[in-house]
Amino acid sequence: MTPLRRQRAATVLFVLAGAGVTLAVAMLALEQDINLFYPPEQVVAGEAPIGKRIRAGGMVAAGSVAHDDTGLGVSFVVTDYQGSEFRVDYEGLLPGLFGEGEGVLVAGQLRADGVFEAEEVLAKHDENYMPPEVADMMAATGEQP
Amino acid sequence: MGIATEWFRRTFHRMGSPRWFFAGSRGWMLGLYLVGGALIAIGSAWGLGFAPTDRLQGNSYRILYVHVPAAHLAEAVYVAIAIAGAVHLVWRMKMADLAIAAGAPVGMTLTAAALATGYIWGIPTWGTGWVWDARTTSMLVLLFLYFGLIALRQAVPRAERAALAVSVLAIVGVVNIPIIKYSVDWFTTLHQPASIRIGERPSIDPSMLWPLAVNALGYYLFLVGVVIAALRAKIIEREAKADWVRTWVQGR
Repeated sequence: MTPLRRQRAATVLFVLAGAGVTLAVAMLALEQDINLFYPPEQVVAGEAPIGKRIRAGGMVAAGSVAHDDTGLGVSFVVTDYQGSEFRVDYEGLLPGLFGEGEGVLVAGQLRADGVFEAEEVLAKHDENYMPPEVADMMAATGEQP
Repeated sequence: MGIATEWFRRTFHRMGSPRWFFAGSRGWMLGLYLVGGALIAIGSAWGLGFAPTDRLQGNSYRILYVHVPAAHLAEAVYVAIAIAGAVHLVWRMKMADLAIAAGAPVGMTLTAAALATGYIWGIPTWGTGWVWDARTTSMLVLLFLYFGLIALRQAVPRAERAALAVSVLAIVGVVNIPIIKYSVDWFTTLHQPASIRIGERPSIDPSMLWPLAVNALGYYLFLVGVVIAALRAKIIEREAKADWVRTWVQGR
């Protein structure tokens, strides 16, 4: 490379590195704001603000979904399978993929008593794609999908 | 100098010649259209008609046969554009600039397709089409970067000036690509993590993965063909005053 081209290449790398570092620093500083939701661990530890509109998410604990008599109200427990969990109260329609053992995202307010009052419930699909027959086979052999 | 280096040097110099590229690229373009189109036809028929349903999503997961190749290519096209931008800034190669001009609308369309298919899939799956998480937002930023590349070129009247400005935007914008890719690992998002990772067993069943692989390869080949076609059009446009272009036009 000629000296001129070498100089231009250095400038290109410098601009790229500068943009990368700036962005990395900005993202580190904003991490909590870029995160879409609070995981159960943070909700239980009191890191999620109370009485503000926030989002929280995790897995719907098996056997925890309970519908009330009106048919619209539902409560369930969101867990991370690592000992942290919180209860969610919600009144409204649930998405098609909502289910026990599946991922969930709730938007609403956390009450002081630790119960999450959801205004919106979304299903969080995981990265596993499989036909029903394969899922049945795995369930039969006791494997986790 | 080694034979490989010599070959690379010569090819690099030839690629810098619009005339050489135009003469040699027609066969490649048609071949890529043919093979890519055939693979897309096979992969889509296989994925949409024969692959099994998903245990949770039923049939709606099949949109991934469009969504995944479109999203992946949207990012790959941007990386290619950024490399072309660096080449243009260092060597002032006209072809690199024409490649950016040819690739930007293609990348923009793919990004829009990925966002649109994601929205459509989100409604039955998540319960909402759009959510401002790190993955969807960074993908929207990619769409605006493509808008920027196209608008900036039109905003600067002199072609050489425009080419420099566009090249700088192209390389600065590439920092968004790792964010798109790793957003689902670095942050909590509604979008699921990747199902296919290098060095790991895919978390998508082989019966669903194979049609996706065929489709993705088909999309790649076909869209390289589209970019070549766009690049050929840009060459004719930019070199309109050259003798060889006149000869070529008269010969048609």
